[in-house]
Amino acid sequence: MNNANRSNWLFHTYMIVFLAYMLLPLVVMGGAAFNDSRFPSIYPWVGFTDRWFVELFQDGRMWLSFRNTIFVAIAVVAISVPIGTAAAILINSLGGTTRSLLYGLMVAPVLTPGAVIGISTLLFWNKIGSGLGLNWWVFSAGLHLSALGQASFISAFVMLLVLARLQSFDRTLEEAALDLGASYTQVMRRILLPHLYPAIGAGAAIAFFQSVENFNVTLFTKGTYDTLTVYVFSKVRSGITPTINALALILIAVTIVGAIWYETRRRRNERRLAAIVEPA
Amino acid sequence: MSAGVDLDAVSADFGKFRAVDRVNVSIQPGEFFSFLGPSGCGKTTILRMVSGFITPSEGAVRIGGQDMRTIRPNQRPTALIFQNLALFPLMPVWENIAFGLEVRGIDKQVRRRKAEELLRLVDLPDSADKAIAQLSGGQKQRVAIARALAVEPKVMLLDEPLSALDLKLRQHMRAELRTIQKRTNVTFIYITHDQGEALAMSDRVGVMSQGRLQQVGVPQEIYNHPANGFVASFVGENNIFAGKPGAADKGLARFETDRGSFTARLGPGVSSQTPCKLYVRPEHARLTAEAASGNAIAVEIADVAFEGNFATIQARDSDGRMLMVETRNDGAASLPATGRKMNFVFDAERALILADDVPAHGRAA
Amino acid sequence: MNELLRRYGMPLTALFSVLTAFWLLILVILPYIYLFEESFRPYLPVTEVGGPNDTYSLNNYLAAFKQPSDWKLWLPLAWQPLIMPVQAPIHVQVFVHTILFSSLTTVLAFVLTYPIAYYLAKIANPKNVPVLFLLLLVPMWVSEILRAFAWFIILALKGPVNYGLIGLGVIADPIRWMTGYNSVILGLIYVYLLFMLLPVYNAVQSLDTNQIEAAEDLGSPWWRTHWRVILPHAKPGIASGSVTVFMLAAGSILVPTLLASTNSRWFTEVIYQWMFESQDWNTGSAYAFMLMILCTVFVSVVMRLFKVKLSDIAK
Repeated sequence: MNNANRSNWLFHTYMIVFLAYMLLPLVVMGGAAFNDSRFPSIYPWVGFTDRWFVELFQDGRMWLSFRNTIFVAIAVVAISVPIGTAAAILINSLGGTTRSLLYGLMVAPVLTPGAVIGISTLLFWNKIGSGLGLNWWVFSAGLHLSALGQASFISAFVMLLVLARLQSFDRTLEEAALDLGASYTQVMRRILLPHLYPAIGAGAAIAFFQSVENFNVTLFTKGTYDTLTVYVFSKVRSGITPTINALALILIAVTIVGAIWYETRRRRNERRLAAIVEPA
Repeated sequence: MSAGVDLDAVSADFGKFRAVDRVNVSIQPGEFFSFLGPSGCGKTTILRMVSGFITPSEGAVRIGGQDMRTIRPNQRPTALIFQNLALFPLMPVWENIAFGLEVRGIDKQVRRRKAEELLRLVDLPDSADKAIAQLSGGQKQRVAIARALAVEPKVMLLDEPLSALDLKLRQHMRAELRTIQKRTNVTFIYITHDQGEALAMSDRVGVMSQGRLQQVGVPQEIYNHPANGFVASFVGENNIFAGKPGAADKGLARFETDRGSFTARLGPGVSSQTPCKLYVRPEHARLTAEAASGNAIAVEIADVAFEGNFATIQARDSDGRMLMVETRNDGAASLPATGRKMNFVFDAERALILADDVPAHGRAA
Repeated sequence: MNELLRRYGMPLTALFSVLTAFWLLILVILPYIYLFEESFRPYLPVTEVGGPNDTYSLNNYLAAFKQPSDWKLWLPLAWQPLIMPVQAPIHVQVFVHTILFSSLTTVLAFVLTYPIAYYLAKIANPKNVPVLFLLLLVPMWVSEILRAFAWFIILALKGPVNYGLIGLGVIADPIRWMTGYNSVILGLIYVYLLFMLLPVYNAVQSLDTNQIEAAEDLGSPWWRTHWRVILPHAKPGIASGSVTVFMLAAGSILVPTLLASTNSRWFTEVIYQWMFESQDWNTGSAYAFMLMILCTVFVSVVMRLFKVKLSDIAK
């Protein structure tokens, strides 16, 4: 007993140290946003200021890259959610070698470095353009290629989520609906998709966040445009000011509020569901 | 309103495995017909061929005289009640029931009214807006029936829908299903492995084994005149004796066993060359203390189980093999004591010599 | 295909197939094939593409073997590079360092997170676990670049660590932390740690606690319980975490660019150079292809070593 207590005490301590390790860097980064020092740091503390936030909001390039990020993220969601869902339904009805082969192909992009995806996307579309002898913008680097490149691996995340959800689907429900005279599209719309909505919703959220935070694929495909991550990257390289910290702090605040909102909503739903099932 | 179903030499193959082998049967409009058999006998495959989820590899399925070959499941006049019921968990009760109407583009008010009407029919008023998860097993059963009835099918197909219920509820639902069937006059095709269910509810029963239809008949016929050894032993209990048939006279024949020679009725298609056995139902045998001639075996009483309206007695013969006798409790006669020496006797007319083997071809009904 | 048709009918099956085909062909297979093809062709001015000089060769790959020089290996925790007794081409050195330090990152990430995964799954009060997770996942919600940026600030020459140490009188002059691979490894671990924690936690969590108690009841010391009961059970999670961390580390551009110095380059930086500084996309493709091969080899080795399937890793 004594022994177990001692080892538990060790574990508790390690947990606290680990938490500090995970969170302190963020505190340092966030705190520096308010320090009136040219170089972002919390020590020495020069004085409290909000000028970095003001500078940030006056930075037109930041706003532009913010807008680009949102555009790309929406495009990625619009591409990868239908693709991932369709691929999951498709592979779920297959078996044997075909299934393993397709599955391997589908998860391959997840296991491929972003740089490789970015470069191959860029080269491929360029090649089509020069092959067709067309000089359209579609074929040269730009945010549309970033979206396609990102979608190539983000679709796999959606596929995996939807596939997991499909495992819990009772397929006699499809047959029951067909038997009652529903058309295939009605079965899809009324029976299968409603069952998949939680996974599709989670997939859309993950697709959005993955896209927003993507750097590697974007770097190689973006052309002359900036997304938020690329903007931060070039800022850091070209001589940093605490405006980056101000931006980081805002992003942290937004994501934490978002995470808490999502978590409480999920718990409330869970409780509501439990309350419905309970009386039976 | 209702339609007959004809299976015309229908077979189903899964790869090399023949799940259903040349089944012929004509189910009448408005009939309650059961396919009875152990699991894996092909009865569910037949049901899925009628509903259209499996295409027969040979033969034809006709509903109301019309060949169903090119008709897809969602266009057939059938409604299937699944073993697990397959209620849509994300829709409330009334939407489940009205789903078949919804996909036909019927107005919401009409749908709602129809759903409530059906809920009354299955004795579940006031449940329209409940979630499926809130219902008990028996209630789910009723919703599934109401959902199937809502599309006004000509044929209802039921795949062991009572198997998930407890015994008491199952017996109650049997009567209820029968009532609903009589009231709606829809043809019911019922799949079960429970002989009691099949005998109690059906107008006619088809007994299946290994993909083949063994016998079709009204319940009494199946029980009293089984076509072969499989039907006899699957439906009801038997004392079974191995041996060889001898010369026959007016349908009665000698049957030589290692426990002696008995006289019994020859079953259909049995000749002296057929591999066959002798079947005696426990309720057709008696125990007597008096010396007996004819069909008699000397036994010692091993166990007596009193069940109220009847008693089951296990008796041991000189080689230690068990024989079973069932006696009705008439309130007067006392039961023999364990260890008592008696004779196990049976009438030649009630003992059957039946072919072992499942006949080589599906038998026409 | 038959089953698909039966379940969803012709139009929907066609829709699913078209969407999947678009993904796998247009977004995955054809670009990879083209990357592969392009990596064997010379870098030529536009006018000469398709001309007599446009022939397949291994030249782009051989580019990696040029410029031999002294092999300087910056070991972790060392302030001076170790001069290896061999000469090696610069890009080969970078490639080897990338493999070496990505592997080291992976191992360290596992060593650091395994106790946490075990603690969260089996020791911590279940009531506290959601809160602990919420706290642990905060860095995850913040993007990769900001996580790396945080360490950039901390380790900067004028950063809080140096000021703190000077203030405490430990050192007199600021230390250049971002030299060699120390800061890169530090950054990679911090940035990708959680990709190890989550799968390992899930795997340990799914182990029936009774099994641990049974092992202890049979007199197994704690280390043997871990070695024989918990770790084998957690294998798929460890495999999944290792593959993810290694791949992200080896493929990282952000962390090495922000936290490394000129004497510690990363293979992805070389690729970036070929692509956008030399504008030589062909050699860039060859290098990208090498990186892809490296990751594929790593995944297969892990699959073989841990005896897990692809579907265990991709979770």
